[in-house]
Amino acid sequence: MEKRELVIIGAGPAGMSAAIYGRRAGLDVLLLERKGTGGQINLTDEIENYPGISHATGAELGQMFKAHAMKFEPEIRMVDEAKVELRDEKKIVVTRIKGENSEIEAEAIIVATGAHFKRLGCEGETEHIGQGVSFCAVCDGAFFDGFEVAVVGGGNAAVEEGAYLTKFASKVYIIHRRDEFRADRAAIAQALANPKIVPVYNSVVEKISDAEELESDDGMPHENLTLKNVKTGEISNLRVACVFMFVGQAPDDDCVRGLVKAEKGGWIITNDKMETSVEGIFAAGDVRSKYLRQVITAASDGAIAAMAASAYINEQVHLRATLLEPESVKAFFYSSIDESQVKLSNYVEKFANENGVKIPLIDGYRNARMTEKLQLSELPVMVELASGKVVKVTKVNSESDVA
Amino acid sequence: MAITEITKENMDAEFKNSPLPTVLDFWGPKCGPCMALMPKYHELAENPKYAGKFKFCSVDTSKNRRVAITFRVMSQPTFLFYKNGEEVARLGGEALTIEAIKAKVDELVG
Repeated sequence: MEKRELVIIGAGPAGMSAAIYGRRAGLDVLLLERKGTGGQINLTDEIENYPGISHATGAELGQMFKAHAMKFEPEIRMVDEAKVELRDEKKIVVTRIKGENSEIEAEAIIVATGAHFKRLGCEGETEHIGQGVSFCAVCDGAFFDGFEVAVVGGGNAAVEEGAYLTKFASKVYIIHRRDEFRADRAAIAQALANPKIVPVYNSVVEKISDAEELESDDGMPHENLTLKNVKTGEISNLRVACVFMFVGQAPDDDCVRGLVKAEKGGWIITNDKMETSVEGIFAAGDVRSKYLRQVITAASDGAIAAMAASAYINEQVHLRATLLEPESVKAFFYSSIDESQVKLSNYVEKFANENGVKIPLIDGYRNARMTEKLQLSELPVMVELASGKVVKVTKVNSESDVA
Repeated sequence: MAITEITKENMDAEFKNSPLPTVLDFWGPKCGPCMALMPKYHELAENPKYAGKFKFCSVDTSKNRRVAITFRVMSQPTFLFYKNGEEVARLGGEALTIEAIKAKVDELVG
């Protein structure tokens, strides 16, 4: 089976940053991607809030990320699917390329698979996808030059993409179920100042159906949105050429679903080192349960995850070689945050040197996973191991116990 | 094999009524997913095994919206497949992969 140190799943801002940090930390890095590098920024018209880049299109920034990552030569592999499995504590990534499965054993995995815009779920939506229902304003906006369109949603994506669409559309209705948008104040102010934007508050889309053709349509197919006012219950019709859905996101968590702890909706839970509930599996970027999903926070997550993964790999490799692989070893486990234990460890080191014996010193505080794995309930202790199995644990209370 | 650029003027002769099975890539310069797919699509079209058996076309919708409206394509990227003057498949969406396009081409080449 192919063996790799760090496998990163997803080549958006989080995955690409992780690749940069991982390679610079000296790791062998394999970056798996399904569609093409860049991730969701490819669907974004303008990026104006990434420090150092005062203005770029999403696609341009994605290219810059890629060029930067490639400088450090990670391997990028295009796959149709990737799935993470655990077998005897080994982390296996099963990939599918053109119908063929293959397996990669990874020392550590970073899940940076991102998120996607959710469907609204109303009647007629599925049938009109690509023909009047869109999830990407930059992809499709230009088609509707001179026509009226609608946006559904009230967050940043809805309000910002709505403003973008006014470059083409003659009018942009923003349909939101509440009585005010919940986007950033600056974004809302900018949108509401735009005469082409018409907010439709307290309203939901119940149905999308084909509209009868009018001469003024100039051949452009139109559709009717059946709107319901959630306050009054009143039903109305809105005739537009296209409706853009920005009603929140859902995580692309398929590759580890059920394996790592996630909150409702599938967002992966991590600590601030990006560690998931499974040892050696990290998560970074939009797929994670987090406060702010932006390019900059994705990049930050990726950097942290790569450094944490690098520390994890080093720890695992070092501990395995020191403790688990030798036929027989005696090691001293202590806690580096307890001064008296640190003093004892100094004494153990001196004792070992004077007597010409090897006693590895293991900081049980920093290597908590190994301490847990060996079921050491208290520190400091002298541990005797034979081929990875604990043979004897002796409590060390004072220097006299060391001999 | 070169990719045939489609416009309102040549869309019937070059694409719709092509004697060979054919595919039309609807793309735009501002569409990130379209631009990401483009080099792979060009590579696919260059494969000599399709020479004389399949025709690859593309249309820049930012300059040729009328072509998109005619085929009722209002989302990008979209790949529209024709055989014997009739639409036989339509692949699109942000998740579209070159593998899916290649599989459809191979199916139509037979």
